Amino acid sequence: MKTISRIYSAILFLFLYAPIFVLIVFSFNNSTTMSRSVWSGFSFKWYAQLIQDGMLLNALKNTLIIAVVAAIISTVLGTAAAIGINGMNKWMKRMVMNVTNLPMVNPDIVTGVSLMLLFVFVAKSMGNVSLGMFSLILAHITFCLPYVILSVMPKLRQMDSHLYEAAQDLGCSPALAFFKVVLPEIVPGVVTGMIMAFTLSIDDFVISYFTSGTTQTLPIFIYSMTRKRISPEINALSTLLFGTIMVLLIIVNFRQSKDKKAEENLMEEA
Amino acid sequence: MKAKSAAAPYAAWMSIFIIVPMILVVIFAFTDKSGAFTLKNIAEVGQYSNVFLRSIWLGALATVISLVLGYPLAYIISHISARRQSMMIMLVMLPMWMNFLLRTYAWMTLLEDNGIINSLLASFGIGKLHLINTQGAVVLGMVYNYIPYMILPLYSVLTKIDSSVIEAAQDLGANQVKVFSKVTFPMSMPGVISGITMVFVPAVSTFIISKMLGGGANLMIGDLIDMQFLGSAYNPNLGSAISLVLMVLILICMGIMNQFDDGESNGGGMMI
Amino acid sequence: MKKTIAALAAAVLLATSVSPLAFASSEEPEQPAVPNTGVTINVYNWGEYISNGVDDTLDVNKEFTKRTGINVNYTTFDSNESLYSKLANGGANYDIIIPSDYMISKLIDEGMIEKLDFSNIPNFQYIDEQFRNQKYDETNAYSVPYTWGVVGIFYNKKYVKEPVDSWKILWDKKYAGKILMFDNPRDSFGIAQKILGYSYNSTNVEEWENAAKLLKEQKPLVQAYVMDQIFDKMSSGDAWLAPYYAGDAATLVEDNPDIGFAIPTKEGTNFFVDAICIPTGAQHKKEAEAYINFLCDPEIAAANMDYIGYSTPETAAKKLLPEETVNNPIYYPEESILKKSETYVNLPDDTNMLLDTLWAEVKMGGPGQTATLVAVLLGFLLLYIGIVIYKKVKVKRELQ
Repeated sequence: MKTISRIYSAILFLFLYAPIFVLIVFSFNNSTTMSRSVWSGFSFKWYAQLIQDGMLLNALKNTLIIAVVAAIISTVLGTAAAIGINGMNKWMKRMVMNVTNLPMVNPDIVTGVSLMLLFVFVAKSMGNVSLGMFSLILAHITFCLPYVILSVMPKLRQMDSHLYEAAQDLGCSPALAFFKVVLPEIVPGVVTGMIMAFTLSIDDFVISYFTSGTTQTLPIFIYSMTRKRISPEINALSTLLFGTIMVLLIIVNFRQSKDKKAEENLMEEA
Repeated sequence: MKAKSAAAPYAAWMSIFIIVPMILVVIFAFTDKSGAFTLKNIAEVGQYSNVFLRSIWLGALATVISLVLGYPLAYIISHISARRQSMMIMLVMLPMWMNFLLRTYAWMTLLEDNGIINSLLASFGIGKLHLINTQGAVVLGMVYNYIPYMILPLYSVLTKIDSSVIEAAQDLGANQVKVFSKVTFPMSMPGVISGITMVFVPAVSTFIISKMLGGGANLMIGDLIDMQFLGSAYNPNLGSAISLVLMVLILICMGIMNQFDDGESNGGGMMI
Repeated sequence: MKKTIAALAAAVLLATSVSPLAFASSEEPEQPAVPNTGVTINVYNWGEYISNGVDDTLDVNKEFTKRTGINVNYTTFDSNESLYSKLANGGANYDIIIPSDYMISKLIDEGMIEKLDFSNIPNFQYIDEQFRNQKYDETNAYSVPYTWGVVGIFYNKKYVKEPVDSWKILWDKKYAGKILMFDNPRDSFGIAQKILGYSYNSTNVEEWENAAKLLKEQKPLVQAYVMDQIFDKMSSGDAWLAPYYAGDAATLVEDNPDIGFAIPTKEGTNFFVDAICIPTGAQHKKEAEAYINFLCDPEIAAANMDYIGYSTPETAAKKLLPEETVNNPIYYPEESILKKSETYVNLPDDTNMLLDTLWAEVKMGGPGQTATLVAVLLGFLLLYIGIVIYKKVKVKRELQ
């Protein structure tokens, strides 16, 4: 049984990783004919070309700006909202959560199209301004918000609600009580929410595609690359992205296991 | 306590950016170019019934395949040591962090007539297979892109099943097959439901996978909507009508799925 | 080809560094003062349609910024129809667009492009007389020609041994699954129309329907409906036959020497002009006109044409191009072929709508039945209601 499950997992992981592996290998291909499936020697030339591509770097810059701004705003708004929703009665809570779930259930393309209709409507009434960074940030905050709320809510539910009241009884102002008592309790949820918002924003194509106007983000740039003659530059780009993510994840994982170990040590000492 | 008021900015935000846009879609769907009320757009959606049927069929196929392939893996992962579990889950999630256009593009290189799979087959002396630009390729692309959304909720439900319940069933004389069909599977139902929704919704509405792997001949609902807004047949009113029908279709499907979910748990296992 | 590009790029760069002295000849038109520097203009062009600096070619946009201080935000589209959608939809302010002939007249009719101020475009003088005042813009007030060309068939000589002289070869069952087709309605229908002996600009409903029928017959043989992806699919050998624009021959043959190009002489072909326009409401019209003027500079035009391979409407630019290009009948076809070719004209509204519907039918596979869709939705709804009732009944029974 064990061997069977090992083999099965191996096959499935092969399925998940083989395409990525192929992408990475061919980013080092020294091809001149743009052909993507014939190996003709090792080279870094597609990386060199990638770095020189001003449009790509510009798209990358836009993507990062949007992701950072959207992640911060949606985290602040979302955390406040989670606290508010937590204090609501059952009926109101249910109604608000239904609206929260809407963008998660709705197909991306419908969300994108509907936001586009709104933005274009406003843009036209403001004298035909162009959609761009601003509309992209608004759209990204909108689809990130539910994820932030859903990762903060469970932490709030776990927290003892009397703590906050006790702090106030002991003379803390509501704001101080929030920062001293509530926030430390829910920080893990807030951080998870922020990371999710950041990655969702970086990865989003469909909603950005409809709300971008003339601005290019990285996924939109990749899309226009795949519509044209595809150059192995795109492979080089994939490799770099994959490498970055892998390093990030390893760091996060390493820190988590260190935290866990520290916790275990504390437990043992106690 | 006035904690409720902390949600006010959020409520305002969602009204402006979720509710108002939805209302706009409805308005567009029921008006013509001049802004007058009409049912013509909705009636015209009927013309594209075969696109809807194809999308539902391919989406459902991809969902079933993801479930059949993903369930065993989620089960296997939930039964190994905790340390290795987190590593395996990370391995499942890692490809998701790569842009999905790039993931789909990777399959283009693999599936082409002169692509890597066919070169491999040729070197083994097997003839070439026509893989790309078929419906099979589209389904493959969907399964590949969305299978992590199936595995993760399944896994999070499966790890929460109390092992003493299973032991009790075994003590009462149930064999492995019975334990699975009578205990494990029913208990993992919330995960199955949220997995199915999380795969079916994006699969049925995709507009890139069909373009890249289907050769533009296997169009889906998503492509149709794209075509009306930013594509070759500009008609935002018809596009809104199609979006509206798609939304209704998905809501009904979700309603059906939720009926199978007896538990209180909201959405089974959200990822992370 | 690449070598000449590099040489040309070097020449241009050299010219700019010494330009006041070197080009102080009388022929040079007086250039207008450079408008606002520091602004960014939005340029919306076809994919693979400008020299972009790869392989030591001239990076035209960078060169423009260097000379004028105006930045360029350059994005691409892949069909006239999607360009139209993006413009009509609003929310995207472009300063420069490069549509084809029939789309230009549609945009003029709908007031979507602006009249140009030709005093800001002195280099317009280089545009040859035969390309001015074309049918799509009879007074030549709205557009400046960028390229021209004809449509033909690319084929892989390894697999297609017979002479390619008719569009009918794209319907040959021998090549099933190896044929590519245009992913835009005008070009696709155009091929069917020529086979049937119709005009591209017919307003006869029956003729359009017959053309649609022919395209539906072809669909099972077609591997994919694509635009710029043709480069990939042809050079990798995945597809053997594809109709496309003559200008792309250089690029394709360079990638894969087995690829040949032929203009179907039996039925005739499409002659097209792509021209530069400024959309109505563009925010940087002056700067955009400076950009048009820049693109018309014979040296820049030559660098562009050398890179993208299309034919230039400027004799002055032609002189700077390598002789084998100028004498190549693919790029500069004989008079007899041009005589037999036809230009697209903007169609009346109802014909355009008919075309959209027919095109959707071709790509989606026949008109569907409203009843089917309603039945599916109702089926799902009934299933839902059924389950709800079943569960309620079950709960009631259990309670009893």
